[in-house]
Amino acid sequence: MKALLTGNEAIARGAYEYGISVAAAYPGTPSTEILENISKYPEIYSQWSPNEKVAMEVGVGASIAGARTLVAMKHVGVNVAADPLFTAAYSGVRGGLILVSADDPGMHSSQNEQDNRHYAPFAKIPMLEPSDSQEAKDMVKLALEISETFDTPVLLRITTRIAHSQSLVELGEPMEREIKPYTKDAKKFVMIPAHARTRRVFLEERDAQLATFSEQSAANFVEMRQQSFGIITSGVSYQYVKEAFPQASVLRLGITHPIPKQKIMDFANEVDTLFVVEELEPYLENQIKALGIKVVGKDLLPPYGELSVSLLQKNLGAYLNVANPSVAVTTEQSNIMQEVQQPFTAPVRPPVMCPGCPHRGVFYVIKQLKLVVSGDIGCYTLGTMPPLEAMDTCICMGASISAAVGMEKANPELAGKLVAVIGDSTFMHSGVTGLMDVVYNKTAATIIILDNSITAMTGHQYHPGTGKTLMNEDSPTVDFAALAKSLGVRRVAEVDAFDLETVKKVIQEEVAAPEPSVIIARQPCALMLKGQTEAVVCEDCKACRVCLRIGCPALSFDEEGKTVVVNKPLCTGCNVCIQICKFGALRKGGA
Amino acid sequence: MSGVLNILFVGVGGQGAILASKILSHVALSKGWDVKLSEIHGMAQRGGSVVTQVRMGEIVFSPTIEAGDVHILVAFEKLEAYRWAHMLKKDGKAIVNDQRIEPLPVLIGAAKYPDSILDDLNSSIQNVTVIPALDLATEAGNAKATNVVLMGILAAHMDIPLERWQEALEAKVPAKLLEVNKKAFMAGYNFAVK
Repeated sequence: MKALLTGNEAIARGAYEYGISVAAAYPGTPSTEILENISKYPEIYSQWSPNEKVAMEVGVGASIAGARTLVAMKHVGVNVAADPLFTAAYSGVRGGLILVSADDPGMHSSQNEQDNRHYAPFAKIPMLEPSDSQEAKDMVKLALEISETFDTPVLLRITTRIAHSQSLVELGEPMEREIKPYTKDAKKFVMIPAHARTRRVFLEERDAQLATFSEQSAANFVEMRQQSFGIITSGVSYQYVKEAFPQASVLRLGITHPIPKQKIMDFANEVDTLFVVEELEPYLENQIKALGIKVVGKDLLPPYGELSVSLLQKNLGAYLNVANPSVAVTTEQSNIMQEVQQPFTAPVRPPVMCPGCPHRGVFYVIKQLKLVVSGDIGCYTLGTMPPLEAMDTCICMGASISAAVGMEKANPELAGKLVAVIGDSTFMHSGVTGLMDVVYNKTAATIIILDNSITAMTGHQYHPGTGKTLMNEDSPTVDFAALAKSLGVRRVAEVDAFDLETVKKVIQEEVAAPEPSVIIARQPCALMLKGQTEAVVCEDCKACRVCLRIGCPALSFDEEGKTVVVNKPLCTGCNVCIQICKFGALRKGGA
Repeated sequence: MSGVLNILFVGVGGQGAILASKILSHVALSKGWDVKLSEIHGMAQRGGSVVTQVRMGEIVFSPTIEAGDVHILVAFEKLEAYRWAHMLKKDGKAIVNDQRIEPLPVLIGAAKYPDSILDDLNSSIQNVTVIPALDLATEAGNAKATNVVLMGILAAHMDIPLERWQEALEAKVPAKLLEVNKKAFMAGYNFAVK
């Protein structure tokens, strides 16, 4: 039976069919749905970890204990997990171990763009790159086989277009799930220097064996068509190549570390003009050039953003027309090469905090108080957008708190006007260690935990503060106030995020206090509560428009009637705007 | 690119463009076609711009559609039709929901919502169908079925038997909402064929 699956769903299906027993991740776009879908198979133990380093360590442990294991994260998550990953490359596996890195060319939902293919040669582990959902599933099997045959973790690298695109997948029956018997093997799994040195040599031998495997693997295949020009490619770029140049010969690399050098040289000898088509870095291109082969790649294609059919036709086509007129692209193709003009100007529709979002009021107060804001990664990063514009920095998960320490140490005057804002899930991820630093190094930082009781931005995943696991079991809930106190914070305040007066008073007090403070501003994510309260009403509006400064999508101004209008279906009745209206024109619904 | 039908759904987060694309792909699969869908969701859960691409045909390679290569644009909101009109082929069709959802820069007075959208679309695109989908959905019994009203319109523009669409609704819509969605679908279909 065939089903239409995203790459993420296909990887989850592969985990089910090919005997994965343990899976761990921290949610991050575009990787989130891998674990969400794995959790639908009760045969597999699945969990959200508080961060990617922990998830990787859970995976390594499960593999040592004999289970086929999968760990998933977005590209920046691999940076967090790199520490255990690089040593797991030394110790190897017992049950097969897959690390999925979901990269985000074009930064649809990320703070940077990085090509995680570089992690494979860096950590000295093999890497697979599927080109569609079917291959995403198939490569789970291949990755597990490689992992167990060559005693190595395997990097399964996808991009947003693989993760979130749907294509047809043939579904199969699940194989028997087995746990390999446990035996102690300290020389392999205890990486003290004496043991690690032995494994270091093994890494080189393994890489050589993998190179031979890569030469022979059907995952690296040639489609020979016109000899005049050939293209080496991988991942989603293969699909763009197939559509843009149906006449071209193609070497598709499914194993992109180690690359099959002989296969590449043979292919290069068969074609007149050779291109490398790959998104982001010249990862393949540099390795192919190092073989002494003349290829054209990043001379024509940008080292950033996503590729497309038209971009390939335009850039490669133009090159071919000049360099090799005999293989010039067809007229049909050149039609697509024309730039399409945008005929209308539409105002932008930027991402916004949802109506009823509990972060909105807190940011409004922060802006009123003209505070410097060390921000973090989550929905609340949108506090940087107009009209709130209440954020000065945003670096990576957990950096709000630690960067605030640095800012205060560098410029002590900032202490009196600096706050760090961080969400509950991000605080669990890597805010806790920053908070220890705050206390230990005696700063006066004020940390506001915007606690909406869920990992909201990625679509409502549980974390250690929510009292539920991925497999929907009840579990103990971290008490943020008690945790902060146990780390040595003496000033801990808990406030209702919708009670602006109290929020303001508490922030003022805590910013002024000459010691660390933690403020927990609490209200659940607006999307978790449906139709619980009446919409706000507006009567006798004085047209001052102050309420519009909170940037709520449910409020607009009617120029003709000179009144603010409440969009009833959107309004959740959070009543933040009521507290801002000086004239009492905005009122509780039904009142 | 002959033989591949490209359909682009554009709208605002929360309007149901993603469900619509799933219904359409179910229909395409029942015809035995190859199908690829591509959607990107970003930071905001609600209120941001949403684009879903559906490609169907004998064999489909790229999951994404090139600018100027869309056969049918289904816009769940008229400003989004404006924003994505350049994606249409010269003889492509636009199905536009006459609903106005103001983006935040407009709500706070930092930008203006264009007044002449429908006139401009009509004058520059050969084949535009404007539809009061929100009204039709409300009449059918659920304002949230606006997306399915638009699917009814789309069905009227595609050469696929109605039963296939009905089956797709049954497969993709939760049972308790099925009746109202079927009504909404027919409201759209009848609006287009009358």
